[in-house]
Amino acid sequence: MPEKQRLVVVGNGMAGARAVEEILERGGRDTFNITMFGEEPYGNYNRIMLSNVLSGVEEEDGIFLNSLPWYATNGIDLRAGVKVQRIDRFGKVVLDDAGNELRYDKLIVATGSRPFIPPIENMHHPRRGYHQGVFTFRTIDDTRGMIRYARDHERAVVIGGGLLGLEAARGLQQYGVHVTLVHAAGHLMNAQLDAQGGAILKASVERLGITVELAARTAAIEGKAKVEGVRFADGRVIPCDMVVVAAGIRPNTGLAEVSGLTVERGIVVDDQLRCLDEPDIYAVGECVQHRGETYGLVAPLWEQARVLADHLTGVNPQAAYHGSRTATKLKVAGVDVAAMGITSPAPGDEFVVFSEPGRGVYKSVIIRDGRLVGATLLGDVGKVGYLMQAFDQGLPLPEERVRLLFDLGGPTASESAEELAGDAQVCNCNGVSKTAITEAVKATKTLSGVMERTRAGKGCGSCKSLVKQIVDWAAGGAADEDPAANWYVPGVPLPKPELIAAIRAQNLRSVSAVFDALAGGEEDAKSKMGLVSLLRMLWGDDYVDERGARFINDRVHANIQRDGTFSVVPQMKGGVTTPAQLRRIADVADKYAVPLVKLTGGQRIDLLGIRKEDLPAVWADLDMPSGYAYGKSMRTVKTCVGSDYCRFGVGDSTALGIAIETRFQGLESPGKMKLAVTGCPRNCAEAYVKDLGVVAIDGGRWEIYVGGAAGAHIRKGDLLATVDTPAEVMTLTGRFLQYYRENANWLERTYAFVPRLGIERLRSLIVDDCEGLGAGLDERMEAAVAAYRDPWKEGLDPTVPGQFRTSLPLVVLPQVPVR
Amino acid sequence: MSVDAVRTHRLGPVEEIPVGEGRAYAVDGHQVAVFRLRSGALRAVSAVCPHAGGPLADGLIDAKVVICPLHQHVYDLATGCSSTGQPPLRVYDVHTDDDGVLILTT
Repeated sequence: MPEKQRLVVVGNGMAGARAVEEILERGGRDTFNITMFGEEPYGNYNRIMLSNVLSGVEEEDGIFLNSLPWYATNGIDLRAGVKVQRIDRFGKVVLDDAGNELRYDKLIVATGSRPFIPPIENMHHPRRGYHQGVFTFRTIDDTRGMIRYARDHERAVVIGGGLLGLEAARGLQQYGVHVTLVHAAGHLMNAQLDAQGGAILKASVERLGITVELAARTAAIEGKAKVEGVRFADGRVIPCDMVVVAAGIRPNTGLAEVSGLTVERGIVVDDQLRCLDEPDIYAVGECVQHRGETYGLVAPLWEQARVLADHLTGVNPQAAYHGSRTATKLKVAGVDVAAMGITSPAPGDEFVVFSEPGRGVYKSVIIRDGRLVGATLLGDVGKVGYLMQAFDQGLPLPEERVRLLFDLGGPTASESAEELAGDAQVCNCNGVSKTAITEAVKATKTLSGVMERTRAGKGCGSCKSLVKQIVDWAAGGAADEDPAANWYVPGVPLPKPELIAAIRAQNLRSVSAVFDALAGGEEDAKSKMGLVSLLRMLWGDDYVDERGARFINDRVHANIQRDGTFSVVPQMKGGVTTPAQLRRIADVADKYAVPLVKLTGGQRIDLLGIRKEDLPAVWADLDMPSGYAYGKSMRTVKTCVGSDYCRFGVGDSTALGIAIETRFQGLESPGKMKLAVTGCPRNCAEAYVKDLGVVAIDGGRWEIYVGGAAGAHIRKGDLLATVDTPAEVMTLTGRFLQYYRENANWLERTYAFVPRLGIERLRSLIVDDCEGLGAGLDERMEAAVAAYRDPWKEGLDPTVPGQFRTSLPLVVLPQVPVR
Repeated sequence: MSVDAVRTHRLGPVEEIPVGEGRAYAVDGHQVAVFRLRSGALRAVSAVCPHAGGPLADGLIDAKVVICPLHQHVYDLATGCSSTGQPPLRVYDVHTDDDGVLILTT
């Protein structure tokens, strides 16, 4: 075994110690005898936490990363409290201030930073170094000194309105000191924040009781024996007892300079963190200048330490550091701040800003060529994970830029694609993991292709946007454009308006006619259901029915269950029933041994576990019309008891709900239509979260809300109009439903349709009738209403042979558990 | 081929199946879904979806595939293979005789 080399590390701060830890982790103890020099007489501590020590949140002991015994345990010869004076590059020796020499084979310089002291008169006492009462804020000793001094003094000035200065100011307040924060630039944290953000931060800081002076250059410290104040360049004097200088840091390059290493702003290193022209000397951390950049944050330093360790231990000799894109997320003076990239937009950049000074919230993003190049978040940093990822990887951004700043209601993707663990379940309906999706992307790069393969997003659909994000991410940027994305159905290459125009122009009245004329004769099973709905809406009675084009629910007018049985929901308008109806329902449930009788969310009675072949007889015995609990159609109008009985009701919601259901019953539509009428704003019928909800308000008026939802997606409806009479409610409801039927995409619920068009646009079309569509909508709705026929009448006379024949002849149905 | 010789079964008149739909038959202890395509062609596959037991005879079809009505799994009617990651269906040979009676081979 070759003899071990001697590795000497100058600097026992966060970078030096982390580099050593990484080296040990890679088995470096077998290769190296390690000696570390630390100027401070302690182990290694987390410098970032000093502000917590100052503010009393953390004890000193709590911030140590490696205590002294750790060094011994790991065989490291730690020389704490010893300063290295010079490096003899040619003799490969370091000389310390006690006069000792130590030979090295490899040397790491990790001397960190020193505080930057602006040129201020009278900072130093002629005999004592810094003036008594003047502090910098860099080490444990600095912190202890500040605490001691603050305890029996009353007024402090902190020079520097960056991160460190803000932390110092906040910390000092804990000792009852009144703090004035003096900043030379025009706004606080100017390295990270734009001016507007800085202004909001200033307001937040002032609310904490800190006085802030901006654009104030400190010229001198006043006072001879002790500090009495600071004088600004404009002559103003702020009286104080202590001064903390926190005006930034500079790479600590003194040792490197005297030893002849190449130093510009920092010690110049290459991609292996090697000092220029020095095969055996490396540098890491804040003292380093790499590709022209110096870093004052902890994340780049960790990256550097890893690369250096990979390289030195030979684990990966090709390891290279390419620089870091710095993004900060921190809590400064009690305020959450996150910042990345540039702080002010260049001409041509997109600049999206949200500002709410009252709450101290400010958010801005800068977008260049569709990529995030800068972001600032203040007060609310909920989106930082996603933004950092977008910034780091140059991800494609959402069309609605506001989504960069906020999680809008419903299916949000607050957890970004990358952050998600591989085994995390993305589609909760079909149990599809992130890994399953990324695997599928290897085979197909379109969203629809991946959804088809994995069935992710094909249940309730609420995860679709997250699936898309993952597909985009896994496809390395953007998924392939999906040509079918704008088509009404996947099998006919036309968007809905063009499809309607073609159907009308060519007089296509059946699904097969549409395939023949518009899809080259090629049938597509997935497209049939949407086409049936569209053709029925367009042609009403003149539609040529092809039963095979319908989904099973629409063939047998019942909702198929997991065991192949069906659920039967009789019509019960407005959720109102009678003892006679209840008796009949009970008799039917007995006669057919219905395993489960259940009240639905739409105020109906559901008979579950009915055999397909029993459906006609069940309907006949019930002698009630279909309740439409199975189709993409108008489903239910839920009501409360309204004004007849309720002591709060201000409008007869029950009667209006029944009237609405009577008029619009069974209408097919692009998605389900669930309605409600509630008799007062207490909203017992949940009208605010319906596709269309009507709310009685005091004074005999009615509010109409549209686009609400409380299913997989939750959304409060938008107020379409407030009207005076139930008749107006009926008219506007008819218009809205018809407009939705004619213009929404297949399976597009109102909660997506309404925000897509915008409530203002809908209001002007439907309420104000700005384009004169009203009469046509009314007329077509009237025709649709007139064409209504109760489908359960079909039970007496099946349309096609075997319409109600079982499809699982050898399985004993039902298998629904009896309750 | 071993013990199981090829057997043919008369299922009934083809008119029992409306064009563009499917019907299920119990054949020798097997459940078989027979589909009548719009072209007039016939296809027969096992009637129970391997995913969760869905009744495939109730599924929507086109010239190539059937979609299970429960969870929308898709199967090729000619090969039985699933394009949505499920085990394949068994495929049966089916035709009509001169009297229009469905003849299924197992």
